[in-house]
Amino acid sequence: MTDTLSKIEKRTAYTLLLPAVFLVFAIVLFPIFANIWISFKEVQLKDIRIPEPRAKKIVKSISEDKTKLKIVYRLRNSSLIEDINNIEFLDKLPKNIEPVDLDPRCTFKSKKIECDFGNWKAKYKENFEIVIRNINNNVIDKNVIKSQKPRLSGDADNILLTTKFTLKNFKQVFNENEFLDLLLTTFYFTFFGTVGAIIFGMFAAQLVNQKFYGRTFMRSILLFPYVGPVVALAYTWTLLLDPNSGTLNALLVNFDIIDKPINLLGQKYLTLNLFGFDIKLRLALTTVIMFEIWRYFPLAFLFILARLQAVPKDLYEAAEVDGAGPLRKFINITLPQITAILSILFMIRFIWNFNKFEDIFLLTGGASGTRTLPINVYQQGFAVSNIGMGSAVSIVIVMLLIIFMIIYFKLIGKRANEI
Amino acid sequence: MRYKPLLIYLFISSIFLTLLGSIWKIMATLQGLNLTNINFNINFLLAFLLSFTLIFIGKKINQLIKIIIFSAIFTTIYIFINEGTSIWYNAGVFLISLFFINRVKNYDLNYLKEDFISEKIIFDFLSLFAIVFFAFVILFPFYLMFVTSFKTQAALLFNPLDLSINFTNDLMEVFKSYFVIFKTYDFGRYIYTSSIVSIGTVIITLIFAIPAAYAVARLNFFGKTFLSTSILIIYMFPAIVLVIPLYTVFSQLGLRNSIEGLLIVYTATTLPVAIYMLQGYFKSIPKEVEDAGLIDGQNWFGIIVKIIIPLSLPAIASVALYVFMIAWNEFLFSLMFLDNPKSFTLSRAINHLTGDAETPRQYLMAGSVVVTLPILLIFVYFEKYLVSGLTAGSVKG
Repeated sequence: MTDTLSKIEKRTAYTLLLPAVFLVFAIVLFPIFANIWISFKEVQLKDIRIPEPRAKKIVKSISEDKTKLKIVYRLRNSSLIEDINNIEFLDKLPKNIEPVDLDPRCTFKSKKIECDFGNWKAKYKENFEIVIRNINNNVIDKNVIKSQKPRLSGDADNILLTTKFTLKNFKQVFNENEFLDLLLTTFYFTFFGTVGAIIFGMFAAQLVNQKFYGRTFMRSILLFPYVGPVVALAYTWTLLLDPNSGTLNALLVNFDIIDKPINLLGQKYLTLNLFGFDIKLRLALTTVIMFEIWRYFPLAFLFILARLQAVPKDLYEAAEVDGAGPLRKFINITLPQITAILSILFMIRFIWNFNKFEDIFLLTGGASGTRTLPINVYQQGFAVSNIGMGSAVSIVIVMLLIIFMIIYFKLIGKRANEI
Repeated sequence: MRYKPLLIYLFISSIFLTLLGSIWKIMATLQGLNLTNINFNINFLLAFLLSFTLIFIGKKINQLIKIIIFSAIFTTIYIFINEGTSIWYNAGVFLISLFFINRVKNYDLNYLKEDFISEKIIFDFLSLFAIVFFAFVILFPFYLMFVTSFKTQAALLFNPLDLSINFTNDLMEVFKSYFVIFKTYDFGRYIYTSSIVSIGTVIITLIFAIPAAYAVARLNFFGKTFLSTSILIIYMFPAIVLVIPLYTVFSQLGLRNSIEGLLIVYTATTLPVAIYMLQGYFKSIPKEVEDAGLIDGQNWFGIIVKIIIPLSLPAIASVALYVFMIAWNEFLFSLMFLDNPKSFTLSRAINHLTGDAETPRQYLMAGSVVVTLPILLIFVYFEKYLVSGLTAGSVKG
């Protein structure tokens, strides 16, 4: 009896889960594996379309004879790299009209012109001509001929499904001089973005955890940067930081803080002179990190605040009785209570910042030293149009992610459920 | 007499007051006032003198009289030093000094003798700093977005500092950018598409996620632990590594430039977190409630619809709002999959506007307001639900 019950239970569970699991597999897991496949192929953006034979029909009149017409079919292989085999052609003619001197590849039968064009190489082009005449020597209506569209069919390999593989993409990814620079930029961006967001989030949480007038209002607006759409916010920042007519530069110049406007998003380096040392600051990258911190500290804030509110009040009261000041209370009570959440936040935010694409893409497009790995996926895949390279970079990202996740689960995976 | 707390108090309170004055000056400059000097040193000295006088007067005279008299004196000297030109600007200075003196009215020499007073002062003023700092830093970009949409390109290039809106003009002129983006750039259609996509994503996600979450929370089956851990792991994989394969497959299937394509992708990417959030809540519902339903002869469909869903409406609301927010704000997939203006979402449309360098920025900002305002309003109105959704889902972002 229990056996059948548990069987029913199992069957119910699988039925309930199937739609969701299927969808997630198809859209999330399948692409991750498809990336591996594509990354070993030489595929350009334009090759994605399955190659097809195409024909453009042009109808010309023959000047001395109104009862005849010349039809020119501009035939071509749509693909630049793939062959198409066994191409068959079909066009229909109206009643009482027949072709004159038909090409040997074609046959005319019951108003249909059928041709067997055999195989077309990549980039193949041909002007195929047919002269037609009216059997009753009447004038042929051009438009009737024009309106009939020819049909073509052929077998072509889908480039994504062939078994031609190459290591070229990975060689190119790693041999690129900039690969190390790319990796470093990604790590700078990720590390400082994460740490900055957590520090600001901690201050904000500490602030909102106190009682003051307008506290709920403050708590709402602290989440605005995260809730707002990234497109709108990134463009607002671009406008704010614009060197020519941006508010920030105009303000700084107006109050004589700087002599001439600084292109905060377009300048790669800024040389600072500190204590006689020249320090080269990655300016655009720093600005992008600032935006990143501004946009994501609310998440850290939310997490830390939730933890702070769970700290028992009597801990603080006891400390006060013992004569501890605010600083000691913070160091000895608050900090130990939130270290666990801080480390989890760090790992999770690290992984997510590592994958951040939209923010950098919208602010700088990856220019002026802000190209990170995710930006590189886009640039290789869609700006350079090399899908294979883009996938290879994606694979690099996935590999690094898996390493991060292993570290994450080794370090704090078990504690993550407690919070 | 203890000098350390006194000095700390004087120093930090003067910096705070000077900072408030400077921010007010910046805001006034942005309303078109011609102020060119922050005068930090002199203002700091003035604030220092004020704090110094106040701490020695302490509570010796009536607080109200003290606040008003000193505000008036401070404002007069401040205006004299800082070439105050406009009445509303001077009134603002007066209000700031009122606020400041009211804030420090309880400080006197006796108060400084308390335990840990230096730390308390520092924490007190740091909180004030933090409130002003966070409010300013967060709200300023939103403010800029909003006012820029009411300006004209020529006015902005002529004086980027003058952000004042002239409401005495024809209202048609003031709201011109909004008329233009709806008429010329067809934003009405984009709002419609974005709404359909977001609401559709919410509905489909819930239809898929509720049964799955119920199975994970309640039923025993082979591979349960594997499934629940893989949900979170899958969730960690970012959109950017999915984009190339999805792009190629969608191109071949003809799903690009279609709302259906977006719906499929958005649903699949938000499903893991929706299941994760819902199953946590379902587990907290007592099992006895369900047993009652079982005895009544309900099957799983009946139990989910008649018992689970009514009991977990708050959690479902959180998930729905969170998914709505993700779908409404989503940019990467809409950038990749949509290149026909007829199928644009709002985010993609704004991005498309910037593709043309000639597009005046006020149109861009009007578009930004149109995409930002709904989501902010929803957030403010349903804050409770959305915050719990965010907290649960904020592994992602």
